[in-house]
This record gives sequence, structure tokens and C-alpha cells, in this order.
Amino acid sequence: MKRGVGSDAIRVKGWLAAHRWLLARRATQLTVLALFLAGPWLGYWIVKGNLNFSLTLGVLPLADPYVLLQSLVAGHRPERKALVGAAVILFAYFVAGGRTYCAWVCPVNAVTDAAHWLRARLGVPGGVIIPRSTRYWILAMTLALAWITGSIAWELVNPISILHRGIIFGIGVGWAVIVAVFLLDLFVAERAWCGRLCPVGAFYSAVATFSPLRIVAVRREQCNDCADCYTVCPEPLVIRPALKGADDGIGPVILSPHCTNCGRCIDVCSRHVFAFGSRFSNHRQPLADAAQHVAARKVTAVEL
Amino acid sequence: MVGNGKTRAATRRQFLLDAARNAGGVTLVGVGLAFHAGQARALPPEAIRPPGARAEPGFLAACLRCGMCVRDCPYQILNLAKLGQTIATGTPYFVARTGPCEMCVDIPCVKACPSGALDPDLTDINRARMGLAVLADHETCLNFLGLRCEVCYRACPLSDKAITLEQQQNPRSSAYATFIPTVHSDQCTGCGKCEHACVLETAAIRVLPRHLTKGELGEHYRLGWEEQKRAGKPLIEGVTGLPDRMPEATR
Repeated sequence: MKRGVGSDAIRVKGWLAAHRWLLARRATQLTVLALFLAGPWLGYWIVKGNLNFSLTLGVLPLADPYVLLQSLVAGHRPERKALVGAAVILFAYFVAGGRTYCAWVCPVNAVTDAAHWLRARLGVPGGVIIPRSTRYWILAMTLALAWITGSIAWELVNPISILHRGIIFGIGVGWAVIVAVFLLDLFVAERAWCGRLCPVGAFYSAVATFSPLRIVAVRREQCNDCADCYTVCPEPLVIRPALKGADDGIGPVILSPHCTNCGRCIDVCSRHVFAFGSRFSNHRQPLADAAQHVAARKVTAVEL
Repeated sequence: MVGNGKTRAATRRQFLLDAARNAGGVTLVGVGLAFHAGQARALPPEAIRPPGARAEPGFLAACLRCGMCVRDCPYQILNLAKLGQTIATGTPYFVARTGPCEMCVDIPCVKACPSGALDPDLTDINRARMGLAVLADHETCLNFLGLRCEVCYRACPLSDKAITLEQQQNPRSSAYATFIPTVHSDQCTGCGKCEHACVLETAAIRVLPRHLTKGELGEHYRLGWEEQKRAGKPLIEGVTGLPDRMPEATR
């Protein structure tokens, strides 16, 4: 019988511990949504607004810095409340690792994760190959469009705000966009939307370039090459340098800003290889000598 | 070294190819979105922006689509446009016929706006210019037909300023008067209470965007009677009065 992904971890750690971060993530996603819905549904106005801008307990403004950037490019000078809100979010996600937003807050994550789950269940093969760099091109396009049209054009079609605002304020035919994203990830290309196309993810990747909170392959020498982490990771490319780079003098911290800090690799590993840590723990590892390091970089360059 | 150079050339070629492929695909999507953005600017006339809203192209650069104005409207007249409507997705609007602006003196919607899409300099609601009421249909307006309906005049928060009743002779029977509801553009805020109150099946008085309703005189036009008042004397000397030819009935 074929060994299921994560079955080793479940056997060793127990089901709950093998789904700890996944459950924490789903709980966070639901809590964020619940906080936004408590007002309109139950009359408890803890958070007002939506992900583009919100006011918590009437004092804490939070604004989507990417939307505000488009507003600036479109030629508007926002009021202080929006600027403060964007600064708070920018700082928070810089600390928490940028695409932490994608894994822990974004409502589209549940949609694309569901598509990925079903894709694996149905055994949908391969599909179109979209380069991972495409999202940066789309990010550039949305900013250019804001400048050319003088309006926040991406917000007309952005699936994230259509879904989140839709749940809170009413969605109209916006659900069609969400279904399109689901079908894209299910049939057209694997992990296509979040990993390859979404400019919001690209923006948060840029924010995460120097983020302190990272996942670390702390006990990488215990790795038994089961490859479960690669299978569950939404951005499998980010794992290899940290997990297998010991001989090349590469530290154990997953430094790639594409990593969403979802923590699924921690869950699924039966050998306790991964843990949340800081990017600065990279220095504590003994580095290989400089020549080896250069050689390693050359190898990486050719492979790229 | 030669092999290395070749590899580099191949890498460069691959890089340029990838860049071209990405740029091509993204341009295609961008062009489509640009046309959509252009159409989204054409706000339908029945959708009225909240008080203090910047003029439409500027509004779409400023509005964060957060719905804070919608939440803080005590009368809950504001909506966020949904995808599929002809209004830019996520932006706030109200429809006068179903729910007009109640013109709160503290203007909570403007206070709620975090970005300045609703101009925070608007502190006097009477200075709001959401649109302009216009008595669009003279054929069905009951006052035009000679009745004393005047509901729009009474519903107007700036009654006797934004809407006045102008007494005219009823042309059907010279013995009666009509009282014509007349909108004054220097006072009307475009709140839509007149349109909401109109008793007809379909309102005869409508609030429309100002640019669709307001005419503009050529710059060279002068109103003679005002110029004369300002000058304190006739502008052209020696013009003799022409005989007044009034209708028989009014003599």
C-alpha cells in the first residue's frame, strides 16, 4: 500500500500534533473572518471595514499597503488614517514574514488549498507551467495600470477583496471569480493563483525579503528524505537550500521570501526537522570555508 | 571558458525569452483590465456617491473600497458596488429613489473615510454637492398639471432655498395658477429627498450628476439687468422704450 503524505508524522507524533500548524492557521483565518463578521451579523463591532481598510475597537486603523500604494501611484494623497494603517500592517508583516498574510489571513488561501487537495485526490496531472516570476510582472502591471488609468484598477477584479468584501458586504457575481480561481488551481496549473499569479502575494514577498520570523530546518541532519515536506509545501523550491545545503555551507534558515510561513512542513515531518525561528539563527551554524561556499553558489547559478 | 560563455549566452537567451513571455501575457491581461477600468468610470446616473466624494476619476484613485462610510451611515442608505454592477467594484453609492441621503449635520460617512475619497474639508452638509435635482418630466409632474402636490418642495431639507415654488399662469385656463417646483443649483445638495418623495409611479424630479444637468453660459454672455443694476444706469443711453404688448386677459 502506498504511504500517505504525513502518515509517518501522524504515527510518530499523533494526529493532532501532525496538524498543529494547519489547525492553528485555519483557526486564525476563521477568527479574522469572524471578527469582521461579528459586527454586521451579531452587532459586536470589534472590527469594522474589510481587509482593504479596517478599524479595530474604534482606535486601531489597519490598511492594505498594496492598495494604498496603488492609490498613491494613481495620484491621490491619502489622509493620515490610511497612511498610519498601512504603516502598521507593513511593519507587522515585515516582522511576521510577509507572505504570512497569504497563509494565515487571506481568505483565498482556503479556496486554493481546497483546489490543491481535490487536485491530489482526483490525480489531476501536471498542467500549464506558469513561471513563478509572473506574479512580479502582474504586480508591476497593476501599478502601471494605476498610473495610466489614475484609479486603483486591480481592485476591480482582485479575488481577495472580492471574496472578503463579498462575505461581509455581499458578493454579487463575484463568486464567479472565486470559482475561476478554484478551477484554475484545480485543472489548469498546480498552485497557480497564490504561487504564480497573485500580485498581493508578490507584494508581501517583497516585504518579507529581510523578515526576521522564518522557518528553520533546525534538525536537518535527522532528515530521512521522505519528501513529505516538499509535497505539502505551497512553494517547494524554498525548502531545498535550507534542508540540503549543509554540505554547501548554506544555513538551515528558509530565507526565501516566497515561504508563506504556513508551518505545514513542521507538521508533516516525522523527524522534527523544522521549527519556527529567526533568520538570525543562520549565523550560529558553522559555515563551510569560503571556497566551498563560492563553489556552491556556482552550482546553484547553473541549476537556475 | 568557451563552454562557460555559451552557457551564459544560453542563460541570457532564456532570461530574455522568459521576460518576453511574461511581458506579453501580462500586457494582454493589462489591456483587458484597462478597458474594464475605463468603463468602470462611467458611473450610472442613478448611482450617487456619498457627500464630499471627489469627482469620479479622482474618487477611484482615492477610495480604498473598505466600506467604512457604509458602516457609519446611521440610515444605512449606502451600498458597496458588487462585481457585475456597472459601478466600480467595492465603491460606495446610494440610490435616491430607494434611500436618499438624510444629510446628517455631523456627516459621519465623511468622518469614517480613511483615505480622503470623501473630502474631510466638507464640514457643512449644506455645502455637499452629491448631484443636482432636476424636474425632468414636465408632462407628468402634478404641479405642472395644475395640482398642488408640492411633496418635493416639502421634502427638501433646504425648502424655499434649494426648491422654490414659482407661481405661473396655468396655460390651460388662464383663470388658475400653477406652482412650479424650481430647483436652484447654488443651494441643492443632491441629497435626493425630492426624488424619493415624488408621488408618481416614476419620479418626475430626479437627482443626477451635476455634469449631466447643469448648463453653462458662454463666457461672453452678460445679464443686462444685472449689469444695469451694477452700473446704476442704463448701459446704452438714448434707447427709447418699446410699447408693452400684454395679453388681453392680464390688462
